[in-house]
Amino acid sequence: MSPLISMEKHSMDELLQILKKNALETPENIARMLNVSVEDVRARIADYEKRGIIRGYQAIVNEDVLDMDLVTAVIEVKVSPEREGGFNRIAERISKFPEVSSIYLVSGAFDLLLFVTGRDLKDVAFFVSEKLATISGVGGTATHFMLKTYKHHGVLMESQDEHERLKITP
Amino acid sequence: MSTNVSKSHRDVIARHLIEVPRSGIRDFFEIVSTMKDVISLGIGEPDFDTPWHIRESSIFALERGVTSYTSNLGLLSLRAAIAEYVARTFNLSYRAEDEILITVGVSEALDLAIRALVNPGDAVMYHEPCYVSYGPLIQFANGVPVAVPTSREDGFRLTRAALEAHVTPACKALILNYPNNPTGAALLPGDARDIADFVQEHDLILITDEIYAELTYEGQHVSPATYPGMKERTIFLHGFSKAWAMTGFRLGYACAPAALTDAMMKIHQYTMLCAPILSQHAAQEALANPEEDIADMRAEYQRRRNYLQHSFQEMGLACALPRGAFYAFPCIQNTGLKAKDFAMQLLTEENVAVVPGTAFGPSGEGHVRCSYATSMDEIKEAMVRMAAFVARIRV
Repeated sequence: MSPLISMEKHSMDELLQILKKNALETPENIARMLNVSVEDVRARIADYEKRGIIRGYQAIVNEDVLDMDLVTAVIEVKVSPEREGGFNRIAERISKFPEVSSIYLVSGAFDLLLFVTGRDLKDVAFFVSEKLATISGVGGTATHFMLKTYKHHGVLMESQDEHERLKITP
Repeated sequence: MSTNVSKSHRDVIARHLIEVPRSGIRDFFEIVSTMKDVISLGIGEPDFDTPWHIRESSIFALERGVTSYTSNLGLLSLRAAIAEYVARTFNLSYRAEDEILITVGVSEALDLAIRALVNPGDAVMYHEPCYVSYGPLIQFANGVPVAVPTSREDGFRLTRAALEAHVTPACKALILNYPNNPTGAALLPGDARDIADFVQEHDLILITDEIYAELTYEGQHVSPATYPGMKERTIFLHGFSKAWAMTGFRLGYACAPAALTDAMMKIHQYTMLCAPILSQHAAQEALANPEEDIADMRAEYQRRRNYLQHSFQEMGLACALPRGAFYAFPCIQNTGLKAKDFAMQLLTEENVAVVPGTAFGPSGEGHVRCSYATSMDEIKEAMVRMAAFVARIRV
């Protein structure tokens, strides 16, 4: 077994790799790492933003420790695709609900996978029964409430005790 | 030892061992280990964890009860995987059956290579600054260490002229270590050809320690063993510690003509018996998809190297471009401090640990070794502190 993907093998720009790991990295530091000029880094970031390749910058927050009164559900949705539109029109319509934080078209037993956030179980249940399920074309839903986040966007949510290396070795 | 030994303990220790100096790095380590909140650029091992699939396969092997000895040479399946990897990566072909020996790290392989060759009084050449064990291992074998100094002006390259200036009729072997710890220098093709010619003209055996080969940032790594006429007189050493971040697994290997492999095996079987089987399993997993394991780590090391190089430039410290490994070796002569004093003061005043160049031989004077096998965040902070320190002592 080996990792299915290696960042290097992707043609993803090294600048994007750095920003994906730490969006707060300054252009000055990135310039040093990549051995290019600061102006070049600034121009490339601006270009990525303008072309919509970089769509935003967010902090990765461990919400479990914040004691927020919010619940997140993962919802599987079966959809009847439409002639000419396929899944897009319905998916785009569902995307517009502010409760929906992520939505993906997937293969398998269902079609759309949604991440939905609400104040409590009732709130999410209401969204599903009143808003989501009533959209024409939506065939059926299955709702899973998230209980704990272990890893999010490649970041472990709990720091493990680091094994300490010797401070000086040959 | 009982207390009624008639001589003092120092008198009973073998003479050739007493002559071997303590490692300079050891002294420094003892000071650093008493201090808190030190940012260390003194670490010669990757800060990455071993790739998870390698660790996971070790857990699986342990669950299956893989806890026995292996053949003295090591698992044949691992030797076959190594033969394949070395052929593909280094363009060197060795037979798994009798030309590859699995060892406990390259450290053991080096010891075996030297002991297999050296008669008392035989001389062994190596370039300096260098890894701390070359000289002592030669002394343990009752050989004569012949250090050939290299300098920053030459980019720490080993030149034919320097070799010719130090060779003696007693010389039997030459140890090479490129990419180099501590300088980060790599072997350029022209130099490799010159060295190959030199080795053949003086009828030497080449021991080439290429543990950092995969961590090459400028151009392609070339093994000196690939030059015509070299393979027959070369002991090629490699292992898993650096590129795969597997230092604690202690797994290396030696590839050499069958007669030399057999000689090394003779020592290995009576001292180590075999390398740990669990590590051998892990190594086999590491060879399943090596390019993917290594690529991300190499890219990160390269970014850190670039960062350091720029920082030294801004501080006004000259530094030969590190072409490989994970060390930079900046020159600190223009601060007016000796390497040891520089490292000591930087440690006590700024809590940043670097290793004085003299730990790697007298020709390391005027330099310090900065390892970039440390997180980018730590490197950034260390460079801020080092810049402040350098600016202060220059005034």
